[in-house]
Amino acid sequence: MDSVALEPSLYTVKAIFILDNDGNRLLSKYYDAELYPSMKEQKNFEKNVFNKTQKADNEIAFLEGLTIVYKSSIDLFFYVVGSAQENELMLMAVLNCLFESLSQILRKNVERRCVLDNLDGVFLVVDEIIDGGVILESDPQQVVEKVNYKADDNPLSEQSVAQVLQSAKEQIKWSILK
Amino acid sequence: MIKKFDKKDEEAGSGSNPFQHLEKSAVLQEARIFNETPINPRRCLHILTKIIYLLNQGEHFGTTEATEAFFAMTRLFQSNDQTLRRMCYLTIKEMANISEDVIIVTSSLTKDMTGKEDVYRGPAIRALCRITDTTMLQAIERYMKQAIVDKVPSVSSSALVSSLHMVKMSYDVVKRWVNEAQEAASSDNIMVQYHALGLLYHLRKNDRLAVSKMLNKFTKSGLKSPFAYCMLIRIASKLLEETEGGHDSPLFDFIESCLRNKHEMVVYEAASAIVHMPNCTARELAPAVSVLQLFCSSPKAALRYAAVRTLNKVAMKHPSAVTACNLDLENLITDSNRSIATLAITTLLKTGSESSVDRLMKQISSFVSEISDEFKVVVVQAISALCQKYPRKHSVMMNFLSNMLRDDGGFEYKRAIVDCIISIIEDNPESKETGLAHLCEFIEDCEHTVLATKILHLLGKEGPRTPSPSKYIRFIFNRVVLESEAVRAAAVSALAKFGAQNDDLLPSVLVLMQRCMMDSDDEVRDRATFYMNVLQQKQKALNAAYIFNGLSVSIPGLEKSLHQYTLEPSEKPFDMKTVPLATAPITEQKTEIAPVATSKLPEKLAPSRQDIYQEQLAAIPEFQALGPLFKSSEPVQLTEAETEYVVRCIKHTFVGHMVFQFDCTNTLNDQLLQRVLVQMEPSEAYEVVQHVAAQSLPYSQPGSCYTLVRLPEDDPTAVSCTFSCAMKYLVRDCDPNTGEPDDDGYDDEYVLEDLEVTVADHIQKVLKPNFSAAWEEVGDEFEKEETFALASVRTLDEAVGNIISFLGMQPCERSDKVPENKNSHILFLAGVFRGGHDVLVRARLALADGVTMQVTVRSVDENVVDVILASVG
Repeated sequence: MDSVALEPSLYTVKAIFILDNDGNRLLSKYYDAELYPSMKEQKNFEKNVFNKTQKADNEIAFLEGLTIVYKSSIDLFFYVVGSAQENELMLMAVLNCLFESLSQILRKNVERRCVLDNLDGVFLVVDEIIDGGVILESDPQQVVEKVNYKADDNPLSEQSVAQVLQSAKEQIKWSILK
Repeated sequence: MIKKFDKKDEEAGSGSNPFQHLEKSAVLQEARIFNETPINPRRCLHILTKIIYLLNQGEHFGTTEATEAFFAMTRLFQSNDQTLRRMCYLTIKEMANISEDVIIVTSSLTKDMTGKEDVYRGPAIRALCRITDTTMLQAIERYMKQAIVDKVPSVSSSALVSSLHMVKMSYDVVKRWVNEAQEAASSDNIMVQYHALGLLYHLRKNDRLAVSKMLNKFTKSGLKSPFAYCMLIRIASKLLEETEGGHDSPLFDFIESCLRNKHEMVVYEAASAIVHMPNCTARELAPAVSVLQLFCSSPKAALRYAAVRTLNKVAMKHPSAVTACNLDLENLITDSNRSIATLAITTLLKTGSESSVDRLMKQISSFVSEISDEFKVVVVQAISALCQKYPRKHSVMMNFLSNMLRDDGGFEYKRAIVDCIISIIEDNPESKETGLAHLCEFIEDCEHTVLATKILHLLGKEGPRTPSPSKYIRFIFNRVVLESEAVRAAAVSALAKFGAQNDDLLPSVLVLMQRCMMDSDDEVRDRATFYMNVLQQKQKALNAAYIFNGLSVSIPGLEKSLHQYTLEPSEKPFDMKTVPLATAPITEQKTEIAPVATSKLPEKLAPSRQDIYQEQLAAIPEFQALGPLFKSSEPVQLTEAETEYVVRCIKHTFVGHMVFQFDCTNTLNDQLLQRVLVQMEPSEAYEVVQHVAAQSLPYSQPGSCYTLVRLPEDDPTAVSCTFSCAMKYLVRDCDPNTGEPDDDGYDDEYVLEDLEVTVADHIQKVLKPNFSAAWEEVGDEFEKEETFALASVRTLDEAVGNIISFLGMQPCERSDKVPENKNSHILFLAGVFRGGHDVLVRARLALADGVTMQVTVRSVDENVVDVILASVG
C-alpha cells in the first residue's frame, strides 16, 4: 500500500500493548515519540484497535496506517504495532516471544488476574524483549532466563512463612517434651 | 502480597483489578517505607510496580513528587533482591524525563554494569544510557567499549542497542566505537550479530563505500540471525537503488539467494525487496512471486496477509507476473480475515480477465461494510485501476462507486471515491454525465467541505461543456442556499463559469449572482460582485483571464511581495509580474494513487520547493538585488556516483541573471575542504559576475556554493549556453577519527561535467485550465507558425514527451495523453517566459514515417515567439 522502501533500521516495533477484555490498558509502551504523542491519542488508538479486533481472532490487521499483529488469550489481548511497510513476520516473532515468555513465567495461566498479580514480571519481560523499539531478544527461553522471575502463586506471604516455622518449632518442642 | 489482592477481589468479584483504584498520593505515601531499615523487598517491589503502573496509565507526576520518590528509590540499591533491583532499573528509565537529578544513580549503575552479576549488567547498561548525556558519556566511554565486546551476549546486545539510541544525541562519541561493534558483529550469538550490524550501518550509512564493503563482507561470510539477514537485505536493496546498480550486480544475487533461506521471515523480506525494486523485469520477479504463492496457502494468517499484500503490489505494475497465482488468490477471497480477502480480490481485479470483474465485484460488495476504511480505500484504488484497463466496464464501476459513496465512511474513504470518479470522468468522456450526476447527488448531502468545494470546482470546469449545462445550475445554487461559507464561495465561482461559457444561461446566472451579492459572508459577496461585473462586460478576453484561468502566482510569494509593497509606499502601481510563479500547478495534476500509509499525515500546505529556495537565496547579500526568483530547475548531477566529491547543481533563473547553486558533499573522511567555489567558463555571451564560496566542507556534511551569471541583455534570443565547470578549493588533510585538520593545506581543483542551460530554464510551467480561452486572450498579434519533421521519433507518445521536456512547459487540457490508435494529435502547452510574458504553444502532430509537427506559438512579446521557434528548430 505504500511503495516507499523501508529505511534499513533496527527500530522495528512502534508500540506494544496488553488490553483486558473490556479494552482497558494493562500495559502499553510506545516507542516512536511522533506516533500518538499524547496519552489521549494513545488511548483512542487502543480503543479503535480493540474495537476492530476483539470480535475476530484474525492475527493481523491494518489500521490507521499501521500494521498490527495480535493474539488473544482467555481475557487478554496482546498487540504489537509496526509501520505499514514492516516485515509482518518480524512483528509476529515479537508477539510470539512475548506470549511464550509470559506463558512460561505465569505457568501457562495467561489470564488477566494472573498478569495483574505478577505485573512486575510482565514489565520485566517486555523490557527484555524490546528496548526503545529495537528487538532485544526473540527467544522466549532466553527472555525467561534473563528475567529470572518466580511467579508468585504461592499463597504464603513472608509473614505466614515465619508463622509456619514458628508452629513447626512448637510442634517439635512439644514432641521432644513428650 | 497475594493475600492483599485476594481480600479486595473477594469484595469486588473476580473481575476486579487490584490496581484499579490506586491513588497516586497514597502510593507516594507508601513509598516512604523505602527508607525503612531493613528493606522489605516484597513490599518495596509491590510499591515500585504500582508506581510504574500509574505512569503507564498516564498518571501525571509533578517534578517535585517524582524527584522525591526517585531519591527514595535509590536507597533500594542496598538490597540484593534480584527482581527488586531490576524494577529499580525500570523505574529509573520511566522517570528519567520527569524526575530531576537522575544522574545521581550513575555510580550505582556503573557499579552494576561492571560488576560480577551478569543478570544486572545488561539492564544496568540500558538504564545508564537512558540517563546519560553527551558530556557524561565521555566518562563511561571506556566501560561501553568493553561492554560491546563482552562475551556475555546480553551485555553486548544491551551495549550495542544503547549505543544505537545514543547515536542521535552524540554521534561523534559513538562513532569511535566502530571497531568494537565490528568485533561484536562476528559474535556467535544471533541477537548480538543483529544489533552490531544495525549499529554499524547507522554509523556508516552516509559513507556509501563503507556500506558497500560491509555488505560485501557479511554476504560472503554469512550470518546466523534471520533478523540480521532481513537487515542486510534492506541495506542491499537501498544501496542497489542509490547506485542504480543493474540486476546483474552481486547485491541482487545476494537478495535472490535469500529466497532460499530456511527462515520464512528472510524469504519474505527478500521477495518483498525484489518486488519493490524499480524496473524489475517479469523474469526477475518470477522467483519472488513463486515463493509468495507458496505463502498464500500457509496456515499462518500473518504470512498469508504478507504474501497477498505484496502480490497486490506486484499486480499494480506487472499484472501478468501474478496471473500464475490466480488460483491461490481465488482460495483466499473467502478468507475469514477480511483484510486478506479484500487484498486477494483487489489483486484478482488487477490480474483477472474482464469477464471475472462482475463476479468479483459482487463478492466484495457482500462484505464491504465489514472491512476497515483503509481497505475500502484499497478497493477503490483497485476499481480506479480497473477502469483504466477496461474502459467499457465503467458503468458497472460507476454504479458500485455511487453505492459506496452513499454508505457511511470517513473522509479518506470518501475522498478516494470522489478522486476515482473524477479520474474516470477525465478518462472516459462518455461517462462524464453519469459521473457528474453522481457527484451532484453526493454534494446534496456532504459533510466534508473540502470534497464539496472540489466537486463544485469540477462542475464549474466540466459542466458548461456538457450538452445540457442548465441542469447543474440547480445543484450548484442549492449549495449557495444551504452550505457553509467556503462551499458557498466555491459555488459562486462555479456559477460564474457557466455564465461565461454559455451565453443563453448568462441572464439567469446574472440573476442568481445578484442574490449572492446579498450573502452574509464577505468572501461570497466579494466573489459575486466581482464575477457580476466581469460577466456584464461580455468580453471573451476578460472572461478568459478572470474567470476560467485564475492567478498562476505562488500564494506565499504574492503575500510576501504585497507586504513588501506596503512597507515601501511608492507612486507606481503594484506589478503582478514581480511575483514569483507557482511552481507546480496544484489543481489538475493527476496524483499517483495515494498510499494508504501516508493518508494519516496531516495535509499541511507546505511551502513549495521554490519558496524555500527564494528564502535561502534572499538571505545571501550578493543576490538581494536580483529581484524575485523566477524558476529553479531540478538538480543536475555534475559528478559520477561513487566519486570523491559529489556535486549537483540547481539553476535558479532571475529576470536578468542566473544563479547556479552547487550542492557539494565531501565523501573523503581524511579531508577538510575550505573556500570551495565552482569556476564556470561560458560558451556564449554569458558573463560570470561573482562567486560565493562555501567556507568549509567537512566530511559528509553537504554545503553550497553559488556562482552568479549575467544573461546577455542585447541578445534576448541567446537562451542556451554550455558551461565548463571546475571546483576549486583548499584541501586540509585531517585525522579520519577526530576530524582534527592539519595546520596548512594546498589548493586543488576538480573538473566537473559540463552544465547546460536550455530554453526550458527560462520558461516556467503554468496551467491554463481553459486553454482555448487563454489562446484567444493572448491573441494572434505575434503568432508564428512553422513545420518541422522529427525523423528520429517513432511514436506520438515519444514526440509529446520530448517536446514537453525540451520546452519545459505545462501541457493543458490533458493533451499530454495520446489516445491509442490515433495517428494525429494536438498538444497544448502553456508557460510564462522569463520577464513575465505568457507564452502558449499549439503543436499539431501527425504520424507518418516519422512524426511531422506544426508548431504555432503565441505570446504577448515577439522576442519570446522567436526564441521558442528558434530553439525548436
